[in-house]
Amino acid sequence: MQKIGVFVCWCGSNIAATVDVAAVAEALGKQPGVVYATDYQYMCSASGQNLIKDAIRDYGLTGVVICACSPRMHEATFRKTISSAGLNPYMLEIANIREQCSWIHKDREEATKKAITMGTAAIAKVQLNTPLTQMKSPVTKRALVIGGGIAGMQTALDIADAGFEVDIVEKKPTIGGKMAQLDKTFPTLDCSSCIVTPKMVDTAANEKITIFSYAEVENVTGFIGNFKATIKQKPRYVDAEKCTGCGLCTTKCPSKKSLNEFNMGLNTRTAIYIPFAQAVPLVATIDPDACIKLKTGKCGLCEKVCEAGAIDYAQKEELIEREYGAVVVATGYNQIKPVQYEEYLYNQSRDVVTSLEFERLMSASGPTAGHLQCPSTGKLPRHIVFIQCVGSRGTACREKPYCSKVCCMYTAKHAMLVKDHYPEVECTVFYIDVRTPGKNFDEFYRRAVEQYGVHYIKGMVGKVEQGDGCLKVQASDLLDNRQLHLEADMVVLAAAIEPDPSARKIGTMLTASMDTNDFFSEAHAKLRPVESPTAGVFLSGMCQGPKDIPETVSQASAAASKVIGVLSKDFLLSNPCIAHSDPTLCNGCSQCQNVCAYGAISYEDQMVVDKGVRETRRVAVVNEAICQGCGACTVTCPSGAMDLKGFASNQIMAEVDAICN
Amino acid sequence: MKYSYYPGCTLRTKAEILNRYALASAKALGIELEEVENWQCCGGMYTASTDEIATKLASVRALAQARDAGCDLVTLCSACFNVIKRVNEDARTNENFITKVNNYMAPDMEYHGETNVLHFLEVLRDVIGFDELKKKVVNPLTGRKIGAYYGCLLLRPGEVMQLDDPENPKVLEEFIRAIGATPVLYGQRNECCGGYQTLNEKSIAVQRSSAVVESALSQGAECLITACPLCRYNLAVNAAPQIPVYYFTELLAEALGVKEVAENGN
Repeated sequence: MQKIGVFVCWCGSNIAATVDVAAVAEALGKQPGVVYATDYQYMCSASGQNLIKDAIRDYGLTGVVICACSPRMHEATFRKTISSAGLNPYMLEIANIREQCSWIHKDREEATKKAITMGTAAIAKVQLNTPLTQMKSPVTKRALVIGGGIAGMQTALDIADAGFEVDIVEKKPTIGGKMAQLDKTFPTLDCSSCIVTPKMVDTAANEKITIFSYAEVENVTGFIGNFKATIKQKPRYVDAEKCTGCGLCTTKCPSKKSLNEFNMGLNTRTAIYIPFAQAVPLVATIDPDACIKLKTGKCGLCEKVCEAGAIDYAQKEELIEREYGAVVVATGYNQIKPVQYEEYLYNQSRDVVTSLEFERLMSASGPTAGHLQCPSTGKLPRHIVFIQCVGSRGTACREKPYCSKVCCMYTAKHAMLVKDHYPEVECTVFYIDVRTPGKNFDEFYRRAVEQYGVHYIKGMVGKVEQGDGCLKVQASDLLDNRQLHLEADMVVLAAAIEPDPSARKIGTMLTASMDTNDFFSEAHAKLRPVESPTAGVFLSGMCQGPKDIPETVSQASAAASKVIGVLSKDFLLSNPCIAHSDPTLCNGCSQCQNVCAYGAISYEDQMVVDKGVRETRRVAVVNEAICQGCGACTVTCPSGAMDLKGFASNQIMAEVDAICN
Repeated sequence: MKYSYYPGCTLRTKAEILNRYALASAKALGIELEEVENWQCCGGMYTASTDEIATKLASVRALAQARDAGCDLVTLCSACFNVIKRVNEDARTNENFITKVNNYMAPDMEYHGETNVLHFLEVLRDVIGFDELKKKVVNPLTGRKIGAYYGCLLLRPGEVMQLDDPENPKVLEEFIRAIGATPVLYGQRNECCGGYQTLNEKSIAVQRSSAVVESALSQGAECLITACPLCRYNLAVNAAPQIPVYYFTELLAEALGVKEVAENGN
């Protein structure tokens, strides 16, 4: 029989105003096993905690029940308290009589009765508590960052800065991501390349950082502190060590018709290519789908001109095994191709472009060297119509339900830049709402309207038609309640943002949960926004949801600090409230393995002694370092072999009994 | 292939040819259209007010009869299709509505949205298949440049009608290809013709239908096809530039070689 102490907190008036705390303490004091019960104004304060510690010593308590706020709030606090008084920290139970009682009831008598019931249940449970010990596991002091955009680079740089090794795996031939494609950034209008390319150089130069570009993460196994990853290095057909990035090969290559990805397909590149002049690593890559030599065996011009002898047509895919203590997902986003929006003529007219394409058309490193011109005629447009929310905030199946968040601001930026360079060009923006919450954001949007004279019209465009030498735009002005028929030379679609398609595969291999839109889910929407629910997996940038560059960088640094928190430990202590399987009861059905979201359960053949019979059986084994203690396996197990330490079936039943009696 | 068939009033009067060409074509394709007995006018327009019951009873009676015959209900006129399909959706999803409706129904005809409503185009596309249809064409309309005119009622509201993507429909273009002609894409193909405004505020119908015809002509269409008698009326009577406007069934009958049969009575 345990010797239990009960401590009822007033929480100032939070609990005491609705619950008669003295009556609760008195009633619970009469429960079997309870040797001490009291109430106090603030149990979490220093004097409240001393009260608990003194009682543990004076009454020789073996278990403690605290009736107070949610365990999410102060369970850790009180575990430390009883631990410092010599008790095992897991000999504590908390009855949440605040969030689950005083805050949601008005009737004092009813609430008091309920608080007593909740306390009684906690007493019944603590009767069956057993001391638990946290396990230790070693930590591999290296991090994996998947994705080499601004998010991945920032995370890697911060981790490296703390003295730990980092690998960046980037599937494209260069790091830099979408930010390298942008012209200017809002709300300061500073040049995107000028900020991101030095970061790329810093990343490459950092001796703690290894970049695997043109590579993909093929598989990840293991758990926090001990991940093992297989990285697939795709063949470049160019020896990256020898290549000097001189670009001579790209001038000689006769296959010139591949769409230039960096310029959003607005112009073409050669089969051997360097994505852009500031690419990191500055190494040529051969596109095997376009290379004449690789397809037909004839040509070989690049090999002939390469003075460094870097061309290697025989290069093969390579698999690299690496170990990590933590993984950061920074897989980023794509802008949807609005091919399903035929009403905007995107498929039919070259003058209808997405905003990322427009970004390239405005960029000095773009296909027009920054000179704004209609793609179809090469002439300066007279009137540009910008359409917001294309594919965002919709309910139809072709639409995303969410707001893509950055479009309002970049559209204001686009219109402002156009007006700044070419004051004679008219700019009209159609919007549902203008959303500009952010530091200096609304001021920026107002500048576009008030200073630069960009026309903002509340309403959506219903149709874009090919007119005679122009685009005919049919729209509604909701504030003026009239239909508009405008003529434009270019239409720019602020198409929705979606997670990169590689994210789902990576989410599956990391068992990191995703929402219905394939954005990675955070462990807690408010309190753990950069952690995945899977221990040791962290989130950086757009892969978790639409965000602008400053937010991305903040999240990237936050993820890095979380990683540093893991890597700076020599050993990790795990939550001891985890599942364990009784091999004599396990029937080997695999149902627990199927429901485990963390991949913590495996099966192995074990010698089992059951009722005097020795035999080898296939039984479930829980990896204690991976198990998160969610309990899904325990309720699934048909034979009752799985149980959860700290939340054992008999403890839960004891609570239920206490409530029902 | 047997279907219950709801012709609707216009197909007995001004749009009789829409009906005749359809019946002759259906026969040629092996589709049996059995007319619902004693059908009544669908009302011509779906009433948006939620407590309106009386105007929807005719649709429910036709739907219940089709159910009792064990058939899907096929319509030809876009307006009938729109009204009946939307009433059917109400019957399926709006308990309050169907309870009130059933108070007016004969005791053995109580209805709860069991019937599947199809437009004749859906039968061609999903049951016969345009590839199959192409094989049955004896008189392909090669070289004809035809603009498909959808109007509103066939497609919208998209989540209820579910015939095609209301913004980017393609069923009529596929149909045009199946009968051997060349579809002409033009912007106004799913915009309103002005509808009943021709009675109320004629200038609106003139403006709208003129915009449709101008848009079609600008992309090189030689004629337009439609499934809706009201659209055909507006385009033929109210549009300023003129273009021949046919019911899609007329060209279907022509391609299947049964046009004369239809014109001379089945």
